[in-house]
Amino acid sequence: MKKLLNDPADLVAESLRGLDRAHPELRVDHENRIIYRADAPVSGKVGLLSGGGSGHEPAHAGFIGPGMLDAVCAGEVFTSPVPDQMAEATKNIDSGAGVLHLVWNYTGDVMNFDMAAELAAAETDTTVEAVVMNDDVAVEDSLFTAGRRGTGAAIAVEKIVGAAAEQGRSLSELADLARRVNDNSRSMGMALTSCTVPAKGSPTFDLPDDEIEIGIGIHGEPGRRRVPLAPAHEIAPMLVDPVLADRDFTGGDGVLVFVNGTGATPLLELYLMYGEIAALLDKAGVVPVRTLVGPYVTSLDMAGCSVSITQLDDELLRLWDAPVATSGLRWGM
Amino acid sequence: MAAGSPGVDLDTLQRWLRAFAASVAEHKDELTDLDAAIGDADHGANMHRGMSAVVDALDAAPAADPAALFKQTGMTLVKSVGGASGPLYGTWFLRMAPATGGATTLDPETFAKALRAGLEGVVARGKAELGDKTMVDALAPALDALDAALAAGESLADALRAASTAADEGRDATTPMVARKGRASYLGERSAGHQDPGATSAALLVAAAAGSVGGAVAEGA
Repeated sequence: MKKLLNDPADLVAESLRGLDRAHPELRVDHENRIIYRADAPVSGKVGLLSGGGSGHEPAHAGFIGPGMLDAVCAGEVFTSPVPDQMAEATKNIDSGAGVLHLVWNYTGDVMNFDMAAELAAAETDTTVEAVVMNDDVAVEDSLFTAGRRGTGAAIAVEKIVGAAAEQGRSLSELADLARRVNDNSRSMGMALTSCTVPAKGSPTFDLPDDEIEIGIGIHGEPGRRRVPLAPAHEIAPMLVDPVLADRDFTGGDGVLVFVNGTGATPLLELYLMYGEIAALLDKAGVVPVRTLVGPYVTSLDMAGCSVSITQLDDELLRLWDAPVATSGLRWGM
Repeated sequence: MAAGSPGVDLDTLQRWLRAFAASVAEHKDELTDLDAAIGDADHGANMHRGMSAVVDALDAAPAADPAALFKQTGMTLVKSVGGASGPLYGTWFLRMAPATGGATTLDPETFAKALRAGLEGVVARGKAELGDKTMVDALAPALDALDAALAAGESLADALRAASTAADEGRDATTPMVARKGRASYLGERSAGHQDPGATSAALLVAAAAGSVGGAVAEGA
């Protein structure tokens, strides 16, 4: 294992120390591993809380700031944070308008956020709603499993709901909006390589040089199937076809296309993939009106990409375009 | 159960937790490797962090009675583990606490009842059923074996040994299963052929009980 480390056990804590120094517009509670926008709670605004395991940077702390999240809880690498953290964060971002938990659908995250909501209800008078994000079409038979995973669509949900929260919308309106964006979104990912969890020190799975994984999640867990390495123009349909098969994206006011890098794939390749994907969308009559290309939801040092498509309408488009000032996404202000 | 059968006291329960912590430390890499095959390669590290915190809490503030011990252990695991194992193992001990009825020494039936309450909590929290390839596949047969052995008049030591054997068999039986809960479920058919890491750590928990609780009551008998 070749990583910039001192001790793997200190990685998250030490990285948060650096984040704190780098971003004075954020406030870091190191003991509880909670990152806040410095001016939280924002008067009259519903607080937006997300979080999850570390190793997905810039998710999740990279999306804290005006126009997006108010706080996130950081877990260990690929491990959900714990209920005490979430309950503490919930209390501290509640201005009286309530708190929305935006939960990525993984068994641990859902259970810990559930327990946090129980704690918050027992200890404070904060009103909490939770929306679980689950956009990954690689998970089949989702009724009999832990369900579809939360992947790239969370960025669309957090951005759009963040903009709506700045407008002063109510907790229940924001929860409905979050569910609508989630329902409008589908994703599919692939890996060229595994990733190395620092505490383990070796790659999570063996992937020969001439094979790739299709249908991966965001934690280095293997995908649905393994296929021979192929040119990008053959890989693109393996991602786009299942997404388009799962939902009709031809209507409305066009789509947001998000091509995400999983950590070790350069933008040069991601833009090549976007070109391949856009050509397939053209053929399918799906119209990209907004595009996001880059490593936003990573899996440590995994090479690969995912594609997320979100159906937009006039309202969602305006909210996507609204100003945002986070270290991960920044425009309009 | 024979009259005068020895119970499980606070010291013995603490030995159980310390024995489980030591066993998790010893099997840390094995648990992580099993998790790497069908999950996300952190079960060993997470359980080790959690059980180390449990031992630290035992050293720092000894609990007054079994209920307080289970509550402290459950809260510590929920706080320190994260992932799915934190809420599940945490809930296990948190649900055991009230089932002791505040007794200072647990008779075998009460101990078994508390374990059963823990399992029910795990099932409620994780919504897993037998055969889903989870820790329930080790714990449920273990507690069935425990109850059956106690009902047949066997000693707690023998009953816990039977439980441990059943937990090991349950753990082994997860290998061919297709996971229907947790991250392994994303693999579908590809999850078959791998032993479940949660069932593996759960079998260690039961084995630790057989070793420490079973051993202690056998010595005392």
